[in-house]
Amino acid sequence: MRSYSSLLSYIALGVLAVIASKTGILNAYVQIVLMFIGINVILSTSLNLVNGYMGEFSVGHAGFMAVGAYITSVLNVMLFTQSSLFGPPLLNPSSALFLFPVTLLIGGIGAALAGLLVAIPSFRTRGDYLAIITLAVNYIVKSSVENIQVIGGARGFMGMRNVINSMQDIINIPWALVWVIICVGATVWIIYRFVNSTYGKGIVAVRDDEIAAEIMSVNTQRMKMVAFMLSSGLAGIAGGLFAHVLGYINPGTFTIMKSTEVLVMVYLGGMGSLSGSVLSAILFTIILEAFRPLQVAKWVVVPLLLILLMLFRPEGIMGHRELTDIFPRLRRWFGAKEERG
Amino acid sequence: MSFEIFFQNLLNALQWGSFYALIALGYTMVYGVLLLINFAHGDIFMVGAYIGFFFATLLMGKYAGFSTGLPPAVIFGLTVLVTMVLTAGVGVAIERIAYRPLRRKGASRLYVVITALMCGLILENGNLALLGASRRNFPELLPNTVHNIAGVTFSNVKILVIVTTILVFILLETIVRKTKLGMAMRAISYDRMAVPLMGIPVDTVIVFTFILGSSMAALAGVLFATAYPVLEPYMGALVGWKAFIAAVLGGIGEIRGAFVGGFLLGFVEIFVAALFPSTLRDLIAFSILLVFLSIKPTGIFGIARATKI
Repeated sequence: MRSYSSLLSYIALGVLAVIASKTGILNAYVQIVLMFIGINVILSTSLNLVNGYMGEFSVGHAGFMAVGAYITSVLNVMLFTQSSLFGPPLLNPSSALFLFPVTLLIGGIGAALAGLLVAIPSFRTRGDYLAIITLAVNYIVKSSVENIQVIGGARGFMGMRNVINSMQDIINIPWALVWVIICVGATVWIIYRFVNSTYGKGIVAVRDDEIAAEIMSVNTQRMKMVAFMLSSGLAGIAGGLFAHVLGYINPGTFTIMKSTEVLVMVYLGGMGSLSGSVLSAILFTIILEAFRPLQVAKWVVVPLLLILLMLFRPEGIMGHRELTDIFPRLRRWFGAKEERG
Repeated sequence: MSFEIFFQNLLNALQWGSFYALIALGYTMVYGVLLLINFAHGDIFMVGAYIGFFFATLLMGKYAGFSTGLPPAVIFGLTVLVTMVLTAGVGVAIERIAYRPLRRKGASRLYVVITALMCGLILENGNLALLGASRRNFPELLPNTVHNIAGVTFSNVKILVIVTTILVFILLETIVRKTKLGMAMRAISYDRMAVPLMGIPVDTVIVFTFILGSSMAALAGVLFATAYPVLEPYMGALVGWKAFIAAVLGGIGEIRGAFVGGFLLGFVEIFVAALFPSTLRDLIAFSILLVFLSIKPTGIFGIARATKI
């Protein structure tokens, strides 16, 4: 029972959220904020895998998000909806319900393959030079999408709303929210299991001392490849969800600004702290929404707050620790199976 | 591509690369001393252009009841000097307020990088909130005469930009190679721990580095505004990122690297735009960069540091 407590409580919370949105207790605005929180959680935890656990400095996370977003959206619009671009649907629109996770996953795989663009140079280079490579990949992805006229180029791509609508025609619950909740749970679970497994500890070993790790028979090249591909793949899934929540994407969304937002979430939460990433993604999204009435001044006040936070807690909210390290009693309920040294 | 067009593009590339080089310099100097990527630097360039704009219009008597009646060329000279001083003040202020307390607390340098990103955002959006989104036209201070030699046209502004950049390069190389201060800067980048033991005031050297870097960004800002006289709050963001790329391309931490990298990026961008559709410019330029860094991961002049076990 104890080992399932976190899973069960998460499912209970998720079902509660879906019921609340269905019955109208949570209005559309709150639902959107909830979904953005979920997407940001996926983004920040997946970037934390590279920037926190592996200690690299990737600044191009939005690029992978764009790859996933575009692949998933184009597939879904082509397969399940009537569009002016691709003509009639190739499959029955009602099958979107079952095949949506598949297209999401394909988007994720596409993004993971784009992650290879970063992973392969990372064998030879580290630190700031690798940061530049991630930056370049972000620009390359954005620029390529702008130049592919079939999927709208710089004008953007739309029609994903119909996919969600055709799912809601079958069972009328807010499907976008459901998929976000499922993906967030899966992401956090995958990353948690991964970094706590013996295999995944290799990533932390690469951060702490690459040469020593190699001597201790950690296959550093493979670890880097796995970390980059997992991280970018999850970012791609987040991108696919993002596209379906908004119903419209354009290359201008996935600029270095978006990457910066994700970076801020990771470092706000603390490098190498999974619970920190989750908390900071929630906090950051809520702060951004709370300061929306300030309009232009929002982007002055929010960075100022973050600088102040950095001055008082230079290691982020959680530092290198997890929630269970600060409140050991939580260990009775969550993550009891893994013993930490 | 005919001979004239080639030389025309070459000249354009030299001018375009000059801006990258001047900004890349600030990145590379701060990095050399602090190992900090100062992401606010692109926005310091923007601040420089705006300070230049307001000072120049002030001297030209655009504001009520104050007019100096100086000739435009003198105003230009004064603007450059004053802008460099004021922008250096902005750079040092950021260092004192945001970076130094973090450094004292021994925060991981990536947190300082994030703080730098935040400072950049504050400068950009603070400008937007204070001055509004309307673009401003930089006054034409230098008479824009266009010369024509053997089919290649160039304006005096273009020549001024290129010559200034080369002079700055010589000046900075001299400072870093020949003066005591430059020796201190190189020493800090060589061994951070030993330098204070030798009685070198680290903080003073760091402040001086920020002064040099920021004033060069201000110079770039005023020159940029003279060549392309439209100012907007986000003008520093993209140029800043690309200048950072130029700095890394040349080998970050090396003054020569910043200049060579800046000019190289300028050449690639201008010639790609000349040969291919201009929408492909970023795509091809960054692909070249990616391939280059995969082959030579430390940039042109960068030296891979051996890690001790």
